[in-house]
Amino acid sequence: MSIIIFLILVAFVLVLSFYLGSKTRSAAGYYAAGGQIHWAVNGIAFAGDYLSAASFLGICGMIAVVGYDGFLYSIGYLAGWIVALFVVAEPMKRLGKYTFTDALDSLFGSKAIKLTAAISTLIVSIFYLIPQMVGAGVLVEPLLNIPHWVGVIMVGAIVITIVATAGMASTTYVQFLKGALLVCFSVVLVVALLNRGLSTTPDQGGKVPFHNLAVLAAINTGGNFLPEDASYTFAEQQSIKGHEFVRLIKDEQNSWWMVEDDLAGPMLKEVQWVTARADGATWINGAPAAEDNQLRQVGNLEAIAGKTGAAATTGALNPFQFLALIGHKDTEVQTWNTTSLTNTLNETVTIYYPQITAGNRIMRPGLKFKVEGTPLDRLDFISLMLALFFGTAALPHILIRYYTVPSPACARKSTIVAIAAIGFFYVLTLFMGLGALVNASVNPITNNMSAPLLARSFGEFLFAVISAIAFATVLGTVSGLIVAASGAVAHDILDKFAKVKFTERSKVAAGKVAAVVVGLIAIILGILFRGMNVSFLVGWAFAVAASANLPAILMLLFWKKTTSQGIAASIAVGIISALGLILLSPDMYTRYGLDPDTALVPFSNPGIISIPLSFITLVVVSLLTQKYSKRRQPEEAAA
Amino acid sequence: MLHEPAAPSGKDPASEYKKRLGVAMFIVYSVIYAGFVLINVISPLTMDLIVFLGLNLAVVYGFGLIILALILALIYNQLCGAKEAQLAEKHNGEER
Repeated sequence: MSIIIFLILVAFVLVLSFYLGSKTRSAAGYYAAGGQIHWAVNGIAFAGDYLSAASFLGICGMIAVVGYDGFLYSIGYLAGWIVALFVVAEPMKRLGKYTFTDALDSLFGSKAIKLTAAISTLIVSIFYLIPQMVGAGVLVEPLLNIPHWVGVIMVGAIVITIVATAGMASTTYVQFLKGALLVCFSVVLVVALLNRGLSTTPDQGGKVPFHNLAVLAAINTGGNFLPEDASYTFAEQQSIKGHEFVRLIKDEQNSWWMVEDDLAGPMLKEVQWVTARADGATWINGAPAAEDNQLRQVGNLEAIAGKTGAAATTGALNPFQFLALIGHKDTEVQTWNTTSLTNTLNETVTIYYPQITAGNRIMRPGLKFKVEGTPLDRLDFISLMLALFFGTAALPHILIRYYTVPSPACARKSTIVAIAAIGFFYVLTLFMGLGALVNASVNPITNNMSAPLLARSFGEFLFAVISAIAFATVLGTVSGLIVAASGAVAHDILDKFAKVKFTERSKVAAGKVAAVVVGLIAIILGILFRGMNVSFLVGWAFAVAASANLPAILMLLFWKKTTSQGIAASIAVGIISALGLILLSPDMYTRYGLDPDTALVPFSNPGIISIPLSFITLVVVSLLTQKYSKRRQPEEAAA
Repeated sequence: MLHEPAAPSGKDPASEYKKRLGVAMFIVYSVIYAGFVLINVISPLTMDLIVFLGLNLAVVYGFGLIILALILALIYNQLCGAKEAQLAEKHNGEER
């Protein structure tokens, strides 16, 4: 059923694209849908554009693993729309034409602005594309039972077709459709979740019996923990991240266990593990990986407000009760961590082990972002929240949507519709993420699938629909990004900067070729970055956008001494500093296979340094270049 | 021809008013948002306080920021719309 619903959706989107494509002849039609989209449609399309794989898959997945810290992204992403509405929306509409570079350059006619802003658009779009493509692969993998890389290529091919046929027109309607469906079916999922209530033995709606983790009594013998059960033979013990892991053998079969201290003495608790064997085969939990031998989905409550067992089962709950019970100080949540080791057979073993976290700890910040840590940890948190707040209004693929409506007032109204739809959806993410966490709906390998897996616990139909919508989510956002990137290449660089002589038709053709090239780059990066949380990656895109673009936009609008040289310099400094800080961060060191503790930059979010640096650069360079300024009045530019 | 706006817009007499109003409302929201971030880094345990129907401050403040954004957006649109209508009426009156 999943495949049928999925194929129907893809077929519908492609037919729509070809239909709209047959009507798109002009550059205005291709890059800005003719500027005639109704504000309400544009508002929902904004939501469809913005609620990307990062919002649906990434945020829900992160909440399903680290609780409230994932919801911080929802808060920051939504708050960013305030900057867009109050400061950016109408002026950008008045000044711009097809791309945000047009708006930045509208008062100057500067080649330097055209080039730097176009490069910035390309970099931000590509940074934003990576998590979308990663999310697409993760989504299609279980849905169609194909490898991740095939999924990424498939998504890339469909999106390239959408954009290359009709540009912004088809992109707008795909985004509108997907935005509306995403919000509606998320409501259905949350209602079903609340109706189910909470239990300490979630069984996927009766389909998958709850798995109680096995526990063995153990004896501490000179630091080694041996099972009391004589049918097990002790093989080895390793200490990782403050935990002791023990390998036992029973009936010639290996198993890994984690040492836990209990009131009754030391215990060995069951874990899950993946072994990369010397012959190249992958074994899961002591047997070859197969369709019927995968890691079990995890995440459950061990106690609900102090109650355990059948007495803890709640029945239907209202939204406040649901959140209050999970966040109760006597609620115990079983989350899962991961670590890896090399066993005595020289095989790499990845271990997934459970840990109990108090409910009130899950429901406040701190599990991922160390707000109780060192001053540097806290600065990292502030930096993230700063980038999320200022990033939205600087995302090129969002800004170009202001050019699809007829007037500044329509730009404003469509932003308000977007805030309503996006804000409502973000409230739902907390329920969906926590729902996955307590309903054994988290894949230990990748949390990105938590929301669709939660849907699967309510039946194949809801899973199929939610997965198809999630797929459409990726299509909608990637389409918008590729339109923005192709506009940067064809309109900003080739037409405006390099002064290539275009006819209407050839300019559209140039945009289509650029769309294909950007789409191919996105496919490659989507395959390379597999496994990273998609929302985390989007956080970086926000940081680059906020650093490179926002200072230029704000100062252009609010500081009359801003010069073209100041804008170009601030964009360049914003890009270089944000990218440099990201590439030298602990997270990228992990990606390079290096020790993250040795990273040259000790934090992961660059915004707190790169955003002020970009502002300062703009002010200093503008002051130094006042005598060269050829700034026009906004009225002249809009005329 | 290629460099014209996709949909040209005329002069907006209310733009200065909307700009000032937007900045004022942006500052209000920014201060409240900054309060959320600062409580988290200065006194993270404060977020544990139960403040409403069993919900802690983290949840109430987080939802509050989302709802406040919508409320401020609606107020902003109302005020901007009223000003645009007022100036349009005045403009039409002068023309008559």
